[in-house]
Amino acid sequence: MIRYVTRRLIQMVFLFLVFLTVTWFLLYILPGDSVALKYAGNPNIPPQAREVAMERLGLDKPVLIQFRDYMFNFFQGDLGVSFNQYPRPVVDIIGERLPRTLVLFLTALVTYYWAGFVAGKYLAWRRGNRGEMAVTIGGVGLYSMFLPFFAFMLIWFFSVQLGWLPISKFLDPEQWRDAPFAANQVFMRLFWVALIAAFAMFAANFAGHRSHSRALERILRVGGGALVIAGFLYYWFGTESGQSMRPYAGDIAFHMILPVLTLTLIAFAGVMLLTRSSMLETLREDFILTARAKGLPEGVIRDRHAARTALLPVVTSLVLAVATVIDGGVITEAVFSWPGMGEILISSVLNEDIPVAVGAFAFIGVLALIGHFVVDVLYGFLDPRIRVTEHG
Amino acid sequence: MVERNLPAETHMADPFVSEPIIQEVDSWWRIRLALMRRSFRDNWKIFRRNKIGVFGLVIIAFWGIMAVMPTVFFATGFWSPAVYDPVTGLELDPPTRTMTMVERITDPNTEIDQRAVLLDGRIPDTLRIGDTFDLPLQPAPPDGRHWLGTDPLGRDILSQLMHGARASFFLGIMAAVVTVVIATTIGSMAAYFGGIVDSALMRFADLLIMIPGVALLIVIGAVFTYQLWHLAVVIGILSGFGGTAIVLKSQALAVKVKPFIDAARVAGGSARHIIFYHLIPNVMPLSVLYMMFTVTGAIQSEAILSFLGILNTDTSWGLMMNLARTQGYLLQVADFWWLTIPAGMAVTLLSGAFFLVGRGMDEIVNPRLRRR
Repeated sequence: MIRYVTRRLIQMVFLFLVFLTVTWFLLYILPGDSVALKYAGNPNIPPQAREVAMERLGLDKPVLIQFRDYMFNFFQGDLGVSFNQYPRPVVDIIGERLPRTLVLFLTALVTYYWAGFVAGKYLAWRRGNRGEMAVTIGGVGLYSMFLPFFAFMLIWFFSVQLGWLPISKFLDPEQWRDAPFAANQVFMRLFWVALIAAFAMFAANFAGHRSHSRALERILRVGGGALVIAGFLYYWFGTESGQSMRPYAGDIAFHMILPVLTLTLIAFAGVMLLTRSSMLETLREDFILTARAKGLPEGVIRDRHAARTALLPVVTSLVLAVATVIDGGVITEAVFSWPGMGEILISSVLNEDIPVAVGAFAFIGVLALIGHFVVDVLYGFLDPRIRVTEHG
Repeated sequence: MVERNLPAETHMADPFVSEPIIQEVDSWWRIRLALMRRSFRDNWKIFRRNKIGVFGLVIIAFWGIMAVMPTVFFATGFWSPAVYDPVTGLELDPPTRTMTMVERITDPNTEIDQRAVLLDGRIPDTLRIGDTFDLPLQPAPPDGRHWLGTDPLGRDILSQLMHGARASFFLGIMAAVVTVVIATTIGSMAAYFGGIVDSALMRFADLLIMIPGVALLIVIGAVFTYQLWHLAVVIGILSGFGGTAIVLKSQALAVKVKPFIDAARVAGGSARHIIFYHLIPNVMPLSVLYMMFTVTGAIQSEAILSFLGILNTDTSWGLMMNLARTQGYLLQVADFWWLTIPAGMAVTLLSGAFFLVGRGMDEIVNPRLRRR
């Protein structure tokens, strides 16, 4: 397992280098240089000033030297300086945006994968009734929905008509005026708390799966879940740091409901359909027949025998879905004015702030690569055949 | 029926079909044509049973008619270009609402009538309090002249919708063709040659799958002003060298081990001949399937880019929503539904229809999925 993880890690680092190279050259060979773009609308810039600007930005050097400089600087954490927020380094902007995006992406990803898997499982199990047709058609309809359109419809319905949820942004400035924290501190705290809770939940479930008696499994699962929830509540209500941060964290969570709901509704159908077909195939296998013949309860056959086997192709699809999830996240951020990586990517592109655009894109690539790495490791963990037969 | 259980690709162009089709034909292309006609008929029979796929096809046909309509309308003089042109058209005589002047709010500093400024000079200065006047409405709701109303610039929505359909078809089909040409060639070459060609192409494909496509398209938009066909080519390259190539390669691998490839090689066929005459025709059905999914992705990407205002194009469904957004009508769905819902539903329906057709075709290409 460790060898497998290390090999994947080395591959990922290599892939990242290739990714960075391709991105850089792609942006370089496309017509139009950043200085010309930046000053294109201003005819008053004299040629001398332009030359000085070129020299200061290092654009007068040969391509390969520029490329080498860029790579060196990148790995020293220097991504240049934003054009629009002038003296501010790009790394600073990205550091501010990254936690917000992470919290949003991860919440949406977990929600929609879970929803899709559970829905697909039950759809396959109750094959052929009328509800199945309705859910399938509804799911495909949502799946091909135009994301901004759907998001705005949801905003209109829940925020404008009903007035239940905030329209956009990630916090309520009035409430945060005298806040003793920066928003990002709260985001980091939210991120860690959610991560720890998720890990604890996963561990409890996993221990339950591994146990051989059904009673023990139930105890582990329910008890683990209850323990995690109790810990969660204790943290926010019992401890001092949790209590002081609670209203602010609650505000952020409140603003997160609609983006997460949008992404979930749009994306869960893909997972659902895949789980359904994979589950239907599994249900035809001999070991399911054996399990039925043994007289095992339906729930056990469904959850322990069929669903676990059917999970494998779904996890594989996660590899392909990482890019899609990030794309969806970028668009969602733009629609909800959620000030994360996707939003800065789009606004910097619209304002022709090239260093920020490239930096944001590079970090979105890093996110995608890390996502792939996690999925690969997870897959190797779930399916022992991968670890053994993997070579090269 | 024995044939139905055969994999679909043997119908396509396999010269080793067991029964002779037409005895008296003499030229090879007639045989090809007859084979194609027969395979088309058989496949249509399978496709027709899938209600969802047929539904998708109906939607595509609907939008196809929509895309042709403006030409007909302009040619027959039913629409005059001055009013109905999707970009430069303008309704000069919009519907009006009769209003009564109640009070004049004058800014104490500048002595400019604020309400008049807000209404963009649409009320004459000579009005007194108590007078009634006709306020021209723009965006105007649907009426007999403009079946789906007009946008804030006084242009006909239906005309824009129809021209948007044209742009979407153009973009989607072009992206799909570029994708499939690249992916089929790459996939077949990787499968046929194996070794270093294979691993180089496939590692590149792995990399491309990982890159979030829309984010990349947005970044390219930062340094490069897109036209519609640029976008089609970029999407085609991304998907053609990426995911689609991987799928088609695995299909080509399955074809490569079939006996007729060996037969062709023994008969002295060159690599080029085998790839283009034996491998690619048999990968084609799957390619057509992936064309459908590429069209879905391309239409959505185009709509998103023009919605964000990154694409340089005149008429597109995304652009219609972009206008509604920048003019602030997007969240007034109940009052100005014709500005958002037609465009949004158009993107959803057309891209969804290609997805549904793709799923319907899936049953033809993968006989495993057919109903038992």
